[in-house]
Amino acid sequence: MVQVAMTVNGKAVSANVDSRTLLVQFLRENLRLTGTHVGCDTSQCGACVVHVDGKAIKSCTTLAVACEGASVTTIEGLAHGTKLHPMQQAFQDNHGLQCGFCTPGMIMTAVDLVNRKGNALDEATIRHELEGNICRCTGYHNIVKSIAQGAREMATQPQAAE
Amino acid sequence: MHAFEYAAPASVADAAAALANEDAKVLAGGQTLLPTMKQRLAAPSVLVDLRKIDGLSGISREGDALVIGAMTRHADVAASKVVQDAIPGLAALAALIGDPAVRHRGTIGGSLANNDPAADYPAAALALGATIVTNKREIAAGDFFKGLFETALEDGEIITKVKFPLPEKSAYEKFRNPASRYAMVGVFVAKTKAGVRVAVTGAGSSGVFRHAAMEAALAGNFSPAAIAGVKTDASGLLSDLHGDADYRAHLVGVMARRAVEAAA
Repeated sequence: MVQVAMTVNGKAVSANVDSRTLLVQFLRENLRLTGTHVGCDTSQCGACVVHVDGKAIKSCTTLAVACEGASVTTIEGLAHGTKLHPMQQAFQDNHGLQCGFCTPGMIMTAVDLVNRKGNALDEATIRHELEGNICRCTGYHNIVKSIAQGAREMATQPQAAE
Repeated sequence: MHAFEYAAPASVADAAAALANEDAKVLAGGQTLLPTMKQRLAAPSVLVDLRKIDGLSGISREGDALVIGAMTRHADVAASKVVQDAIPGLAALAALIGDPAVRHRGTIGGSLANNDPAADYPAAALALGATIVTNKREIAAGDFFKGLFETALEDGEIITKVKFPLPEKSAYEKFRNPASRYAMVGVFVAKTKAGVRVAVTGAGSSGVFRHAAMEAALAGNFSPAAIAGVKTDASGLLSDLHGDADYRAHLVGVMARRAVEAAA
């Protein structure tokens, strides 16, 4: 067992874990943050995307022990109390989900995309950047609309600190 | 995943010492190793994580060479102004690896050490005549790749950085498998002071290789037309459910012509 400590959604957390524990298992099973999903478990689908030190990564393909000292943000860390993050609100406004399983990963990927490429995103850029996130309801049309709106609104609305 | 001991040493020397354990393996970005371990195709006794070692990541121009630290992430290579200015083909290649989240974790050193026959960086290293610097020595790319997942690295040897001599022109073209993003065929073309080098990944049944016939044809005339008639021998190429050897041989020609056009 290995002692691991990190910051998750602004809170210091630590645990004694098996070295095999994936970051996604640590988040879901140790911290009960079940918003981060396991879809494919082979780093293809993107349902497990979280931010580590401000960058989107696949938490099914990262060891918890390798995040020692890191700052992790999950889907649970985006909203301000009951006020949704602009990207979450945009997914609600545009019905950017059907079953919702892929949504946490889509939103974390989208926020990372805005952090890297700015608030004015065209459709081609959004679609290209979603190559690591799979929606099996095939609802990409509204996801793309949601991300374009969320990106614009992130420019004007305050957001939770990473 | 089978159980393993985890170590995160603070120096290359300590990492090399930890690798003395039987079946120990280096963990860089983990984007290939962890999926392989999850499938139980790899079961290292000890994982030696390089993330705490200072000085293993970073990008700099040193004279006529671009130097990239082994732990530098694909996303950082792709977004680097230094790389984009010095070797635009290399920045473009890094942007084609995996997907954005994978590029935030995966490293150049990990990709080269793994030498997957469909990985992208081996094509760039071989075509650009890179030098792979380890904790023990410097290895020319031409001597580094030894077949499927095999390299010249010895036990306890760790890549610390990669030196790329600046080419006059270069470009990489890749035909991606739509599911895995790995190269069905990827061709890196480099026009250097020493001549033209063409390296092919994704196609060879022994991994990345140089295409001598295309290099000869491009030496005097660096244009897509110069290689329009150059055939690729399908007998040493991979055949699998994604495409047979003849199909890949055809793709090599198409990707090479596009790469030359992009570079010229």
